[in-house]
Amino acid sequence: MQSAAFLSCFVTIDAAADPTSTATNIFAPQSTPARSILHLSAFVLAITGIIFVVVFTLLVYAIAKFRARSANTNSEPAQVYGSTQIELAWTIIPVLIVVVLFMATARVIHAMQDAPEPTNAVKVTVIGHQFWWEYRYPELGVVTANELHIPVSDVAHPTPTFLQLLSADTDHSFWIPELAGKTDLVPNHPNRMWMDPEHTGVFVGQCAQYCGTQHAKMLLRVSVDTPEDFARWIREQQRPAVADERVAAGRRVFETTACINCHAINGTVANGRFGPDLTHLMSRTTIAAGAAPNTSQNLRLWIQNPEAIKRGSLMPAMQLSKSDLDSLMGYLETLR
Amino acid sequence: MSSNAITIPGIRVEGKPWLEALHEWVTTVDHKRLGILYIIYGLGFLVVGGVEALIIRIQLMHSHNDFVSPQTFNRMFTMHGTTMIFFMVMPVLFGFANYLVPLMIGARDMAFPRLNAFSFWLSAFGGFLLYFSFLGGSGLYGAGNAPDVGWWAYAPLGARAFSPGHSTDYWTLSLLVSGFGSIGTAINIISTVLCMRCPGMKLGRMPLLVWLYLVMGGMVLIAITPLSAAQIMLLIDRYVGGHFFDTQAGGSAVLWMHFFWIFGHPEVYVLVIPAFGFLSEIIPVFSRKPIFGYPVMVAATVAIGFVSLSVWAHHMFTVGMNSYANSFFAITTMAVGIPTGIKIFNWIGTMWGGRIQFKVPMLFCIGFLFQFLIAGLTGIIQASVPVDWQLSLSYFVVAHFHYVIVGGILFATFGAFYYWYPKVTGRMLSERLGKWHFWLFVIGFHLTFDVMHIPGLLGMPRRIYTYEPGRGWDTLNLIISIGAFIQAIAILVFVWNLIRSYFTGAKAANDPWDAWTLEWSTSSPPPAYNFATIPVVASRRPLWDLKHPEDPDSRYE
Repeated sequence: MQSAAFLSCFVTIDAAADPTSTATNIFAPQSTPARSILHLSAFVLAITGIIFVVVFTLLVYAIAKFRARSANTNSEPAQVYGSTQIELAWTIIPVLIVVVLFMATARVIHAMQDAPEPTNAVKVTVIGHQFWWEYRYPELGVVTANELHIPVSDVAHPTPTFLQLLSADTDHSFWIPELAGKTDLVPNHPNRMWMDPEHTGVFVGQCAQYCGTQHAKMLLRVSVDTPEDFARWIREQQRPAVADERVAAGRRVFETTACINCHAINGTVANGRFGPDLTHLMSRTTIAAGAAPNTSQNLRLWIQNPEAIKRGSLMPAMQLSKSDLDSLMGYLETLR
Repeated sequence: MSSNAITIPGIRVEGKPWLEALHEWVTTVDHKRLGILYIIYGLGFLVVGGVEALIIRIQLMHSHNDFVSPQTFNRMFTMHGTTMIFFMVMPVLFGFANYLVPLMIGARDMAFPRLNAFSFWLSAFGGFLLYFSFLGGSGLYGAGNAPDVGWWAYAPLGARAFSPGHSTDYWTLSLLVSGFGSIGTAINIISTVLCMRCPGMKLGRMPLLVWLYLVMGGMVLIAITPLSAAQIMLLIDRYVGGHFFDTQAGGSAVLWMHFFWIFGHPEVYVLVIPAFGFLSEIIPVFSRKPIFGYPVMVAATVAIGFVSLSVWAHHMFTVGMNSYANSFFAITTMAVGIPTGIKIFNWIGTMWGGRIQFKVPMLFCIGFLFQFLIAGLTGIIQASVPVDWQLSLSYFVVAHFHYVIVGGILFATFGAFYYWYPKVTGRMLSERLGKWHFWLFVIGFHLTFDVMHIPGLLGMPRRIYTYEPGRGWDTLNLIISIGAFIQAIAILVFVWNLIRSYFTGAKAANDPWDAWTLEWSTSSPPPAYNFATIPVVASRRPLWDLKHPEDPDSRYE
């Protein structure tokens, strides 16, 4: 669609093509759903744009042409009460426009929503929590949090990713503007969405449905990997947690404090579900659902005083002694 | 018809001891006084809601700002939305209905004066209840004051598990109580219009504003009822162990959404239809022509009334309805644009061939036409479901509905203030201050709400108390915030104009705009019983007939 190409030249912000940038733009699609939406919006924008120009011109013309001039202020203009022909004209034309717009819309709705799920699709269950994302790959036995990894979809061998969207508490909404429109995660109301990214890179977004105090810092990162990188990442995530004897003290701290009420580490007694799975914590680039980079300093601060990073998050301040914190940090940093 | 109205001094109560005057206002059942009370009450909340908006805008001026805490920010947008819809726009529009409908149909009061007073005080206490939550909302839990669940309070965020304390209860009760007030007023408006018209005022001769208030009344009855029902169900959930919306116990979050939006979308039209009415009165007078296509305007309004009852789930395109439901709500939403478009064309038709006088009321109406055109078109864009999957819940939507409510409804209401202020007070508002108000507001409005579409396109969701640097949203948000302050200055000019003109404005004649509807036939301000003799009308423009006996409208209708 030419208008779409024109539109994307016009409004695309180059940053979107640069995978390291964190800028987002609905006019820079990198996946079929987002691209179909762009094409449809170009069509809708063209039609509404024409309507705007026509009505705007009529308005400006009427205001300029028929303004009162000093010469004629004392007499009343011709009193016109209406015209059936004109009324019919400006009723029928909009009806036709609506029919056209609706047809175009319905087609894309059907194509997006009722797309069949291919057997080779990667399946991910996304569970929204206050205020973080849980990702489970049911067929691959992987559980992770906040940073989603999916394979790039080659045009010759499409490997789309289908997301099953659930919520553990309140409503959330999954929105990566470059990859697809948003779909809500509603408790007791499973939803589905899909994407087939055309390029590798990191795509960002965030929770779009108000879900509570820290709705703003419920950020999304999707890493689109080459098939090889994705396979390697899956293999690494499938391994149980590292059990390094040198950090046994730290592991003991983890297993004997409130950490295990909420967090799980595969291969230990910790199997809590309220907080993110920490089995491969160090494979992630951010903590606290993207609120801070995953550095040793930030992680330490997060454990001792989460309010400093994300006020109103549900992680309690652990108030560990310095030696316990040191050994715990030592343990966590082995969880690669 | 008769124009020899008796002026009864004492509708304004100067000279009486203040306690007695206050007592008269509190116990009044006079439709004009109740109208004024509604309007002053709404203006008070305009200022309160405006301050909340400014707090929001200061916080969002740049990324990682910490002007207020996330908890406070969430309360601010919840209170801003709830206040502006329920306690600012609704009361002001009800106030105009109360004041104008009886005058325009040649009646001496509303059909049920005491129900009228009761409804006002219910609405008023609803607002006080909402704001009392700042003091009483914490309850025994120390859970934080004032509701922070968003103005639509999606389940299960309003459940006790996620909203301990009483803040959500205050929100629920205030909407319930003021909702009963709205229902009472709607019944009153409908009864007044149907039963109290003066001789000769057939339905087809009513001023369009009266027609539009009739439709609005009907929509209030249909829209507020499910909201009230939902609030009662929420209270049952919270206190009697019900599970309507308690998802932890198998309740349905989607059910709440349907309940809320089957109120919420007709509500938009409840608010905009009186604004359409203001335009339909003001544009003809300042174009010196009758409204173009009166029967079509009535038909379009009734059509909007019906169609808008079937569009509510376009607020829910992202919640996972099936493709058939999405398609249905897409076409109904697009269809409601047709009668709305017809209205815009008819207003242009009214101006066409006229002699347009750019007095302040007309300026605001012209502003409305441009802005409502854009608001309508961005609405059509979002009716296209897949496009809405990108735009919904983003700042694009925030820009869109502020375009409707501020650029449309508020502009029309400002026009109405300048147009009817002389009738209500007997003094003219200052044209000079009015032009300052208009132009400052236009500049501020466009700076804020034109720019606000863009962060939505760049992926900025609504209701976030802060955002990450590097998303490309910083500069845009700064511009939006600057525009908000310009609008605030314009509002101050407006309030100053209202106060100053009341004391020192030029004295208004009975008919300062050379208008044609019945309210201009009585004195300014009107006497307590409006008309000494009930008028008799023969056309839609009784005062035109009186002023042009050689060429009366009654000859053509």
